[in-house]
Amino acid sequence: MQNHAQLPAPGESAPQLAIDAVGLAKSFGGQHALTGLDLAVPEGSVTALIGPNGSGKTTTIRILSTLLAPDAGRASVFGHDVVAEPEAVRAAIGVTGQFSAVDKFLTGRENLALMAGLHHLRRAVALERTAGNLERFELTGAADRPVISYSGGMRRRLDLAMTLMGEPRIVFLDEPTTGLDPRGRQVLWRIVRELVAGGVTVLLTTQYLEEADRLADRVVLIDRGALVAEGTPSELKRRAPGGRIRLHFAGDDAFAAAAVEFGGAERSDDDLSLELASDGSVAGLRHVLDRLERHGITVESLSAQPPDLDDVFFALTGGGPGPSRANSVGEGQ
Amino acid sequence: MTAPSPALADTTTMLRRDVRHAVRFPMVTISGLLVPVLFLLLFDGVFGHALRAGLGSAVSGGYINYVLPGILVMAAASVAESTALGVNADMGEGIIARFRTMAIWRPSVLAGPVTGSVVRTLITGAAVCLFALVLGFSPKATALGWLAAIGLFALLGMALSWLTVAFGLLAKTPAGANSLSLILLVLPFVSSAFVPTAAMPAGVRAFAEYQPFTSIIDTFRSLLTRTPMGNHDIVAVAWCAGIAVAGFLWAVKLYNRDSPVAA
Repeated sequence: MQNHAQLPAPGESAPQLAIDAVGLAKSFGGQHALTGLDLAVPEGSVTALIGPNGSGKTTTIRILSTLLAPDAGRASVFGHDVVAEPEAVRAAIGVTGQFSAVDKFLTGRENLALMAGLHHLRRAVALERTAGNLERFELTGAADRPVISYSGGMRRRLDLAMTLMGEPRIVFLDEPTTGLDPRGRQVLWRIVRELVAGGVTVLLTTQYLEEADRLADRVVLIDRGALVAEGTPSELKRRAPGGRIRLHFAGDDAFAAAAVEFGGAERSDDDLSLELASDGSVAGLRHVLDRLERHGITVESLSAQPPDLDDVFFALTGGGPGPSRANSVGEGQ
Repeated sequence: MTAPSPALADTTTMLRRDVRHAVRFPMVTISGLLVPVLFLLLFDGVFGHALRAGLGSAVSGGYINYVLPGILVMAAASVAESTALGVNADMGEGIIARFRTMAIWRPSVLAGPVTGSVVRTLITGAAVCLFALVLGFSPKATALGWLAAIGLFALLGMALSWLTVAFGLLAKTPAGANSLSLILLVLPFVSSAFVPTAAMPAGVRAFAEYQPFTSIIDTFRSLLTRTPMGNHDIVAVAWCAGIAVAGFLWAVKLYNRDSPVAA
């Protein structure tokens, strides 16, 4: 199927918005979770909502999935207001939250049957979708075991399988891969791509830019409850000059010489390495190598790291990367 | 996808979930039976002789004939208490958040456990009656009387279950849900369950005569042992219906606490 994800060129008419939120605000006992968030998600796209812990990602998902009413602002899903028409919103959405939404005392198959029942599926359709989802999520072998015996990854997969039983038009995934092993992550990524190929809109939250990069057409960066930046993953990364080059040295002499040459570098005396800021370009890397060669300094190994979420985050919130680069960006403020 | 009645279809689906839980964890049902069976043994075997003597000629037959209706009410309260615990524990589960995001008849999330609770109440009541027969209970009920008693018992189970489901939603912890429900096990003591209200001091007596359990117990007593009915049956049904409706409205209100509801 065709991917509708591309944003319209100027002059083209915009595709219908799956989500249209303006000025969403929500406080919990004086703590401001959202402070006027605007969010537009085109139909058929995969949009990743990224931001540090406590930035309001989960609150946004909870409002859009009718679990919470906003204090101010408005939001609609496929044109239905989340506060005025929650039933119409619920009929269109499927939600897989951070916490496992499965019945652990039932078997996997019974959980899917429960969803089939609540969606009022005809028996034949229910059986077909149950079998199909068990297969697709690699749960057929465990289908008749109680969920209490499932691993964390299996529960996540069942959770998403349950979400898909009603064939929602839009799927919300709140940190779907947190705690998953690489295999589980691969399965999830494949499913998301299949959903989008089938015309389903996906809104996911994640802490990993890499994940947003692989899955999303559009990334929305939020911080302190408001939108900070949006664009394609590569657009955002271009705006973040936060890449680094890490140099390892075999001996103290080379390390000392290099430390003098690159005075602004972050040095780590324990393992004889230096970390330099980089713009991520090949020319920049070549420049570093040229300087080392000119001074006859031998490098044992080198690694280049592209900007990550931390870099994007600091670049776009004005904090700026540097030696003081807080590694606490993942922790909520 | 329009079922004849989404409310009925969704409640049936939720009942299926509740029954699966009950079958997988039979201890919940068995423990609901423990309280009435223990009280029956206690009041028939330990206090029965002395209490029977105090009753004089006001009742016929053994004390078990007098006390069984009260024990049946306690059985319903005991099952309802276990339902409160179950709902309280369930509300913490992620699956409830999922139900809240689905286009279902919202009260079905609670109506399923309540219906399951009524079924368990009837099973428990039947077990208590069988046990009482073994201990010497001699019913004089007509077939119609039995049917009426079963109907009232189901209505009582529904009323107490809606009330305790609200307790389960109100309490922050299972222990809290348990404490709130305990009142239903204590109230029968200040009713006509164990001794006639006429034998109580004036102040207590006024409360005992007008509290809901007394009319319900007197109705069961009249149906099962043919004591005079008076207007107990009408009062009993009114109390049960009132508690059921109030409990339902309160529980649904608590369930919908923070999320937007259908306009």
